[in-house]
Amino acid sequence: MTIRVDWRDSLALVGTVVKWLTVPLLAPVAVALYYGDGGLAAFVATIIVAFAAGSALETVGDPTDLGAREGFLMVALTWLAASIVGALPYLFAAHGIPGVVAASAPGSALGNPVNALFETMSGFTTTGATVMGDISFDTHSHAVLLWRQLTQWLGGMGIVVLAVAILPELSVGGTQLMEAEAPGPSIEKLTPRIAETARALWLAYAGITLLEILLLYGLHRTGYAPNMGLYNAVAHGLTTMATGGFSPEARSIEAFSGIVQWVIVPFMFAAGTNFALIWQALTGDTEALFGDSEFRFYLGVVGTVTALLAGLLFTGPVLGIRDAVGPVAGNLEASLRHAAFQAASIVTTTGYASMDFAEWGNASQYVLFIAIFLGGSAGSTGGAVKMVRWLVILKSLKRELFVTIHPEAVKPVRLGGRALDEKAVRGIYAFTAVYFALFVAGTIFVAIDVTRIEQSLTALEVMSSVAATLGNVGPGFGLVGPMGFYEFLPETTKLAMVVLMWIGRLEVLPVLVLLTRAYWKS
Amino acid sequence: MRILVVGAGEVGSSIASSLSDAHEVVVVDVDPERVESLTYSEDVLAVTGDGTDLDVLREAEVEKADVVIASTDDDETNLATCATVDTVSDAFTIARVEHTNYLDTWREHHGAFGVDFMVCTDLLAAEAIVRVVGLPTARDVDPFAGGSIQMAEFEVPEDSPIAGETVAEADRFDELTFVAVIPEGADHASVPRGDTVIEGNSRVVVVGRPASVREFARAIDPASAASEVEDVVIVGGSTTGQLTAESLVERGISVRIIEFDEDRARELAELLPSVTVYSHDATDPEFLSREHIKDADVVIATVGSDERSLLAALLAKREGAERTIAVVEQARYVDLFETVGVDVAVNPRRVTAEEITRFTRERRAENVAIIEPGGAEVVEVEVDEDSVLADRTIEEGMSDLPGGVVLGAITRGGEYVTPRGSTVVKAGDHVVAFVQADALEEVTSKL
Repeated sequence: MTIRVDWRDSLALVGTVVKWLTVPLLAPVAVALYYGDGGLAAFVATIIVAFAAGSALETVGDPTDLGAREGFLMVALTWLAASIVGALPYLFAAHGIPGVVAASAPGSALGNPVNALFETMSGFTTTGATVMGDISFDTHSHAVLLWRQLTQWLGGMGIVVLAVAILPELSVGGTQLMEAEAPGPSIEKLTPRIAETARALWLAYAGITLLEILLLYGLHRTGYAPNMGLYNAVAHGLTTMATGGFSPEARSIEAFSGIVQWVIVPFMFAAGTNFALIWQALTGDTEALFGDSEFRFYLGVVGTVTALLAGLLFTGPVLGIRDAVGPVAGNLEASLRHAAFQAASIVTTTGYASMDFAEWGNASQYVLFIAIFLGGSAGSTGGAVKMVRWLVILKSLKRELFVTIHPEAVKPVRLGGRALDEKAVRGIYAFTAVYFALFVAGTIFVAIDVTRIEQSLTALEVMSSVAATLGNVGPGFGLVGPMGFYEFLPETTKLAMVVLMWIGRLEVLPVLVLLTRAYWKS
Repeated sequence: MRILVVGAGEVGSSIASSLSDAHEVVVVDVDPERVESLTYSEDVLAVTGDGTDLDVLREAEVEKADVVIASTDDDETNLATCATVDTVSDAFTIARVEHTNYLDTWREHHGAFGVDFMVCTDLLAAEAIVRVVGLPTARDVDPFAGGSIQMAEFEVPEDSPIAGETVAEADRFDELTFVAVIPEGADHASVPRGDTVIEGNSRVVVVGRPASVREFARAIDPASAASEVEDVVIVGGSTTGQLTAESLVERGISVRIIEFDEDRARELAELLPSVTVYSHDATDPEFLSREHIKDADVVIATVGSDERSLLAALLAKREGAERTIAVVEQARYVDLFETVGVDVAVNPRRVTAEEITRFTRERRAENVAIIEPGGAEVVEVEVDEDSVLADRTIEEGMSDLPGGVVLGAITRGGEYVTPRGSTVVKAGDHVVAFVQADALEEVTSKL
């Protein structure tokens, strides 16, 4: 059997990315130095390991002329490698480095390698599902909890997009790599050079992140958000624009005042918007944003889910509300706020919670469960099926109805005035079918696996955990709800979910193609 | 005047033959056989060679030509010919194109490609069709004076209220002039007098304000003119069909296109979002009845082949379509089509010939419509100081013109002026006149 893929060249490029990962690892080092509450050794050790491993991998092959197949492999492996390297600080912090330094967070759930990998993959893929039941500075250092946030920010716009933006050797094959990482219907080149496009996307991303951090910190300084200090402002800025959902607060955004929750809603919404359109709007072409059919559809979907939830919350019984939240039923502002917050959070696949929606009434929970499958816009940091695909599916179904009555009619599916190629429509159906097949397969696997170790989970818990990891949403319902965690699940289930998050972030097909014989042989 | 026609295809030959009576015509074509047959059939000088080749053009004495008409089937050849001519001579260049994108460029930047006048056959045909659709019962409609005056040709059905009336009786409209009547079977159009009787099945040509022309259309056939055209079916997605559809959609008319070729159907569906495109054989009666072709106000057949267009138009008519318009490539079939039941036959070549003829007039004729049979014309002329009409009443002016001329309408500064015997014509006025073929030369030189 001869392998027709130059996997060595792919590995070499993965090595380069791993080596560069040492740069963002300097941030937690600085935080550790500032707070002095541990974690310094863990990150320094990780930097040494990452640099050594990356440099070693680089020598394996020559990535200057990467083909299409090698590109797929490189992208898939990059995400896996980054997650493995990113998990090292958690392990070092939990176990210490024998003979050198003692553990800074002994007994942490992240001491288990499977848990550490789950947490990092959940970070980079901006899922936001956590295995940590003990999120607090009592157990964890500021550095470790910031690294958790930072993985999401890096993964949000995409590690490979970032690599294309800064690594000159990726200027030629960059388009193809970016398409493998975010294979939405199309990567729009904003500028003639792909590296400049990647830079523009990252610039818009970083700019909006900074704006949010300043706003949140401003609220703190003006007294509207007592516990939103600089650390929290940065931490939440990093995971909002990434549609990540990690929070250094155990109670997520419930821990903050109503005004903070209101401020975060539009940022989650922006994170689910196509960044190419945001870039165009920022450079003066607002018509490109508001005239875009996907954006209008997205606005309509978030609005509809908000209205549905607000109605249910305002009128319906809301179960088991804790005192911290205050009354919601009958309170218009609170109903609207929690509805808008949860709608934006789940539709965009962020995964924040302004209250424990796992304790809502059944109807509201099912609305949210369905929303897990919606996803953000193409070209956004959001995951799941994505708006543009649903829009195309709706339009092509409408076309099917028309063609049933007029069998000879030729009706292209149009998106924003442009007729879509039938191949693109077929691709969208294929994606959605595979997506739901994975959801079904994952659900069956998890249901059997938890029964094996005699855990009893409800159907909603099993299904929502699979949907939330595959869609990079994060929290599900019940035990895996926004205030719960995934740690109790069997190791095998957690590993399966690591794979789901990985496949879900890369939009399924680029990873699945690696599993075909044709990819390696022909 | 010396005219050089490059390309002796169907359009080129027909232009050459219609111009060779009054002008010196030189024809250039790559095909020696075509050149030879043209030399014998028409009184023209024919040169074999490529019109984009400067040596060939010199051989055809391009420097002596006043007008060069590039009328091959290939757009790029026509444009290159005009550009080449432009480098060596001051001749007025006319290019025929198929692609509307060249026309769009030329309209935006006059003189582009070295072309002084550009004629798009498909667009002209589409415009002619749209005008006929807009005026039910009319066979031909042409705009004059920037659209403030219309010429329209109607066939008067036997059961029409005005059939059997005299022109004086039928002329109940202030802003409308009867300029010609063509009795059934006549070989030319003649100038009507007040007591000329309009027989059933004869044709009348009127010139006037568009509103009055519409009223007259209603008077001829109150039943079919009453209903607004709302639903049009185009059979055949040719370029003409596509341009017609675009124009009708702009007017808020619902359009359906039936195109046999799947790829072309898909292309049309992508280009025309609000048009329903079917990919099917338009001669399948079962399909036509299933898609309710009978509800169409107008069915336009522009399939590309005359036989198929005729078949499609007749089938649609039999299904119950109210009116049918067919595009006829072969000029000699026009009468046949209208005899067997197609309501209006549009010949793109005739439309093109009309358009090109206006630049080859000796004087300042600005717009021309040809009335067949007989070759009479409706012309638009801007009156200058030297005209026999200038600063005189119409009665005085007309006495210096031969018979066979009718002044249909006048516009002054874009405003319509009703022509009466006592109306004084001023320099700068535009007059629209019907001129019989034998009087053309004299009239155009005196106006």
